[in-house]
Amino acid sequence: MQKVLKKYVAFFTFPTLLAFIIAFLAPFLMGVYLSFTEFTAVTDSKWVGIENYIKAFTSGGDFLNSLWFTTKFTVISVISINLLAFLLALLLTRGVRWTNGFRTVFFMPNLIGGIVLGYIWQLIINGILYQSGVTLTTDPKYGFWGLVVLMNWQMIGYMMIIYIAGIQNVPTELRDAAAVDGATPIQELFHVTVPMVMPSITICLFLTLTNSFKLFDQNLALTAGAPGKQSEMLALNIYNTFYGSIHSEGIGQAKAVIFFLLVTVIAFIQLRLTRSREVEN
Amino acid sequence: MERRNTASNRVVFLALFILAALFLAPVLVVLMNSFKGRFYISETAFLPPTGSMFVGLDNYFNGVDKTAFFNAFGYSLYITVFAVLLICLFNSMAAWYITRIKSTYSSALYYLLIFSMIVPFQMVMFTMSKMADMLHLDTPTGVVVLYVGFGAGLSVFMFSGFIKSVPIDIEEAAMIDGCNPIQVFFRVVFPILQPVVITVAILIAMWTWNDYLLPYLVIGQKYRTIPIAVQYLRGGYGSKDMGAMMAVLVLSMIPVIVFYLSCQKYIIRGVVAGAVKG
Repeated sequence: MQKVLKKYVAFFTFPTLLAFIIAFLAPFLMGVYLSFTEFTAVTDSKWVGIENYIKAFTSGGDFLNSLWFTTKFTVISVISINLLAFLLALLLTRGVRWTNGFRTVFFMPNLIGGIVLGYIWQLIINGILYQSGVTLTTDPKYGFWGLVVLMNWQMIGYMMIIYIAGIQNVPTELRDAAAVDGATPIQELFHVTVPMVMPSITICLFLTLTNSFKLFDQNLALTAGAPGKQSEMLALNIYNTFYGSIHSEGIGQAKAVIFFLLVTVIAFIQLRLTRSREVEN
Repeated sequence: MERRNTASNRVVFLALFILAALFLAPVLVVLMNSFKGRFYISETAFLPPTGSMFVGLDNYFNGVDKTAFFNAFGYSLYITVFAVLLICLFNSMAAWYITRIKSTYSSALYYLLIFSMIVPFQMVMFTMSKMADMLHLDTPTGVVVLYVGFGAGLSVFMFSGFIKSVPIDIEEAAMIDGCNPIQVFFRVVFPILQPVVITVAILIAMWTWNDYLLPYLVIGQKYRTIPIAVQYLRGGYGSKDMGAMMAVLVLSMIPVIVFYLSCQKYIIRGVVAGAVKG
């Protein structure tokens, strides 16, 4: 079969390959190159070495600010989403009434797009803050906690579904054996359930980590970085560098390369750390 | 499942019930405010639209008018449907070739596709939108082409993971019976792929329907999809029409909720499969 199929390489792979080159490969390579140049369109570039990378950190300080904001947001969101999702998964695997109905409700926000989510929560949070005479954009801390709440609302249901699948895969004999050996429910949780669902934990940590770190739509809709640029996350900061200021496309592209490297490094470290703690089964 | 009606389960049920109400509340608050006059919304977000606050469907007419919502719905639907169809077709074809033919070309393409999955969109957004302009891909159809390339990472990964578990014997038997590879793929392989096709279709539909930045950068000036239409309502800072915004938010959620309730089983199965692979 190999020989015959090989003659059809164009038919089977070229549509995907062509679209992939146009949409990703060429823009990616051009992007790496352009981060070392000064340009306004992609055809008028002038080599400037690592100047853009230096300017990314030195001009304005908003990039470092957004990096710090993003880091804080990511840490808090990852922890809160996973704890709450795991707790919900435990509660929904006990055979309580309406389990399917609850699952449906908790998962629902995950399907709503980021822009729409941002404006829903803008209404809710401004409605609450109105009582104290402030708005979401009075202080960056409101934007920060607003994003955390929004992200929890969006992702808890999704992670919960993955944890439920993990918990349901734990063999009943293991739990029964623990109970026979006199384990308390808490011991059973930490010595049987958690180690057995480690693969689910890996997946959920990975998904929440990268989704929080790369967040854009929700940030744009909820506060658009206001006040000033103080609630701006990395992705929005890069976007504003490209499209919100003049002659800074090179800096924007350099920031984008740094962003890409950060995402890649985080993803690899995280996968290695949690993979090594998984139980072989 | 062994302890059904214990006292602790009743407490758990109550806690879940309250939490579920809290989860639904934001959507219901938006729905409620969509019937309120625009100037009442920020001040009394949590009061029902009674008396002089109630404006009937005015916000809906206004919002639909300002955003050309039905055009936006049309563009979103067109892009989502064709992106799903073409990705399921072209990417499964590529995945089959890559999985069955062991060559440098196959593995290079495979690893490049996997690599593209972790690269954040901001890395390529500027160059990609310039490229789309140069190639005259700045149309809804052009966006579909870009999605086929950008979605290829996830979908080829999912398809080839599935194809690896399909025994090659069936395909070889079909070949011996005189089918050419195109016939083998469409008559034998593609039908077997059905479960993973549904998963990929759901993941791609959720992504393309809700995606804001790619279509905004490529066609946002001429064609507004639903997320672009919502963002467009924001207008200049502080000048936004809250009434129209509420109505458009409700209208944008309706298709998603209908889709969710009608194929919930597949959606949940799909996102779990997608997450486990990704």
